[in-house]
Amino acid sequence: MAKHRFSAARLPGFSTFAVLVFVMLYLPIGLLVLFSFNAGPSPAIWEGFSLQWYPRAWANEQVKDATLRSLTIATFAALISTSVAVLAALGTTRRKRTGGQTFVYLMINQPLMVPEIVTAVALLILFGFIKVATGYQGLGYLIIAHSAFCIPFAYLPIRARLEGMDLALETAAADLYATPWQAFRYVTLPLLMPAVVAGLMLAFITSLDDVVISLFVKSAGQDTLPTYMLGQIRRNMTVEVNAISTLLIGLTVVMLTAFFMLTRRGD
Amino acid sequence: MKKLLSAAAVLLASTAFASAEGELQLFNWGDYTNPELLEKFEAETGIKVTVTDYDSNDTALSKVEAGGGGYDLVVPSANYIQIYVEKGLIQKLDLAKLPNHANIAPEWRDVPWDQGRNYTVPWQWGSVGMAVNSDTYSGDINTSAIFLDPPEELVGKINVAPEMNDVLSLALMYVGGEACTQDTAVLKKARDVLMAAKPKWQSMDYGATPKLASNDMLASVYWNGAVFRARLQNDKVKFGYPKEGFPLWMDSVALLSDAQNVDEAYQFMNFIMEPENAGLISAFARYANGISGSDPFMPADMKDAPEIVIPDDLKASGHFLPTCSPKALEYYTAIWTELRK
Amino acid sequence: MTSAAEQAADRKVRRAGWLLSAPALFLLIIAASGPLIIILVYSFLTPGKYGNVDWVFSTDAWVGILYSRDIFDGTYKLADAHLSIFWRSVKLSLYTTLFAFVFGFPTAWFIATRSARMRTALLFLITIPFWTNLLVRTFAINQIIRNEGVLNTFLMWLGVIDAPIQIIYTDFAVFMGMTYVYLPLMVLPLFAAFDRFDMRLLEAGYDLYANRWQVLRHIVFPVVKPGVIAGSILVFIPSLGAFVTPRILGGGRNMMIGNFIDLQFGAGRNWPLGAALSVTLLVIVAVALVVYVRFANRDNGHG
Repeated sequence: MAKHRFSAARLPGFSTFAVLVFVMLYLPIGLLVLFSFNAGPSPAIWEGFSLQWYPRAWANEQVKDATLRSLTIATFAALISTSVAVLAALGTTRRKRTGGQTFVYLMINQPLMVPEIVTAVALLILFGFIKVATGYQGLGYLIIAHSAFCIPFAYLPIRARLEGMDLALETAAADLYATPWQAFRYVTLPLLMPAVVAGLMLAFITSLDDVVISLFVKSAGQDTLPTYMLGQIRRNMTVEVNAISTLLIGLTVVMLTAFFMLTRRGD
Repeated sequence: MKKLLSAAAVLLASTAFASAEGELQLFNWGDYTNPELLEKFEAETGIKVTVTDYDSNDTALSKVEAGGGGYDLVVPSANYIQIYVEKGLIQKLDLAKLPNHANIAPEWRDVPWDQGRNYTVPWQWGSVGMAVNSDTYSGDINTSAIFLDPPEELVGKINVAPEMNDVLSLALMYVGGEACTQDTAVLKKARDVLMAAKPKWQSMDYGATPKLASNDMLASVYWNGAVFRARLQNDKVKFGYPKEGFPLWMDSVALLSDAQNVDEAYQFMNFIMEPENAGLISAFARYANGISGSDPFMPADMKDAPEIVIPDDLKASGHFLPTCSPKALEYYTAIWTELRK
Repeated sequence: MTSAAEQAADRKVRRAGWLLSAPALFLLIIAASGPLIIILVYSFLTPGKYGNVDWVFSTDAWVGILYSRDIFDGTYKLADAHLSIFWRSVKLSLYTTLFAFVFGFPTAWFIATRSARMRTALLFLITIPFWTNLLVRTFAINQIIRNEGVLNTFLMWLGVIDAPIQIIYTDFAVFMGMTYVYLPLMVLPLFAAFDRFDMRLLEAGYDLYANRWQVLRHIVFPVVKPGVIAGSILVFIPSLGAFVTPRILGGGRNMMIGNFIDLQFGAGRNWPLGAALSVTLLVIVAVALVVYVRFANRDNGHG
């Protein structure tokens, strides 16, 4: 009967197929990274190894400005969205489930469900009004818009952590006459910290990735790195864009690795 | 965390308040502004110019109309200037602040769209025609049939620049009418020709210069200077002037009504009317400009370039596009909307 | 019956919950949910001549989604141009979902059947592309399929073809790009479903002499169905609203709804139509979500 032995791990063809899928998933990214080190100007014909495109990209004033702007927006958006997400998570977990809670939950997840293009045109109209009325055209609009759609990403790990947390410690703190604030500051928050940092990082990456909403919300001279790249991709296929992309990929990998470590240590 | 916050605050401040010290927001077509020109301007005046790109007159108009864009200068084509003026989107210039106004070439001074140049100063002018890769197609390229009735070898390989007035005017002239016509029989014919040709196109996209140069596109309805630049990288790229009629255009710089850096804008407008600087503009984008005495500052290869010098027998086919009447524009928009779907 | 003191305490907890959630709600209302109401209002206005709107009530935008007035004879006919864009968007999104499933199913299965260590590593490998900038991934595909791209250059170098194959700027390119960028969204929920699946069931089924197809159909599929539905919805919704991928790979001619909405707010200068299209897109997404919730609940009901 050995022939008939069934092993789930050995469904015929599945393994080969899955390995192929992994290859297909990484081949385009791999080639993109590879060609960022191309000595020649083509993103398709290899002419030898060189690092020239990195300093060249950085020497480009527009790239530098857009990078700094993206990092600024992402930093603010991550801090703001994580702060409000921590509060919302405290307000929606570890208590009796109510209708209001479902509402809050739906609202928080709304940016995940509404197509970005719809939010983008809605913000174009709303912020257009405000820009004309107030005359303020700064980065604030981008920061607010980014903070809003980053909330669900910051909220998820924090909520997950809170739900898994033991209430006994807080109760003990309360028994020792700690005020609710003290209990939060010295007991809950330290325990929650890995999830908060994880939320910060997810929010940061999410903000850094955004193209569509930034495209519609930005005012004159407010290109972010992705909106700048979108313009370049439509126009110039230079290896410079490969170099910028590679750096973005690198940043993502670093942050994700840290995220994985943080959330795993929590388990 | 505190360090991170303060670093971010510094960053935010540096980007938010930069406009206080000599900044200028130029809203211009993509791939159209010479970076050297901006560097020279900054070196001379200390004013940092930020360029935001747009890809068609309609997009630019729509963004400006939406308000609050934060732009100071915009560079519309001739047939859009009246619209900007009527809508109060651009302001009348104080010519006393523009001593170089006198450098505008006489033929570009009293233009129909801006008599006496009270609203705009010249940027560049050129023509709309057909870019074709001569390796792929060796027939006659001086015809709009390239994109309206494509030869077999170009089917599925043609790009059409998404500029409503240029494309519709080419089609109208191709079917024997003229730009901005209100003759519904002619308009209908032009629409039918366009709709029949559309499935044979590859794309309706902007930014064809590098794609023509790299053979990613083999033909395109495009502007002469941009095709010139593609040809400098790839000598197979040829530019044809449709004998059925082709549009001539001029883009001019205008000062927006809600501009925040008005003084800087005047300095910039005066700066670009200096012959040497006008030459810099042309040297990059490869179109002619409207400034007297700029010829010595232009690259030598522009003098007899086939993209710049229109052949004598085709000169009569070039027409400056008028500003269409509202009725004609309604027809244009309706056809264009149908085509863009 | 609860005592008054308990009720008061309960109310206090509830109020604290609202207060804590308030900042997040405020931010979401001003920059995510609230603006959607403006979209609805704008869809009932008249387009301004050169963009923006005139504040005059009109249902033209809504009528215009389905019917178009012939500019030359004034007759109304079905707006097949709009319908074709909707149809293309739905069709490409369905293809994307289907192929993401075809590729995602064996991949998720493969991951779920590895050792714990290997599983973590593979999940990490799937997650990296998911979090990598969408633009970067689309750009990566672009560089492979364009005429002077890696694929064509390679095939020409091999001598298999002597002229580049036109892939970019076709519907196929858009579909391929979307399948690539949204694949992780299918793999992750499928994996979660497989992970809960008791593999011994398989062996039992096999012992009953069911063939592989029968095992898959009668034993595996019913159990992992919630994962399949979750994955499909997660792929279908962003595909339907896709903007970046069709813009880069579609060449401005083969638009999807997202690009068509963008066009109305730019060169198309018809903001109310763009707003009406946005609302329509929202409704389609909402319907997809409701279907999903229905299915998910029914499955829970059956336990």
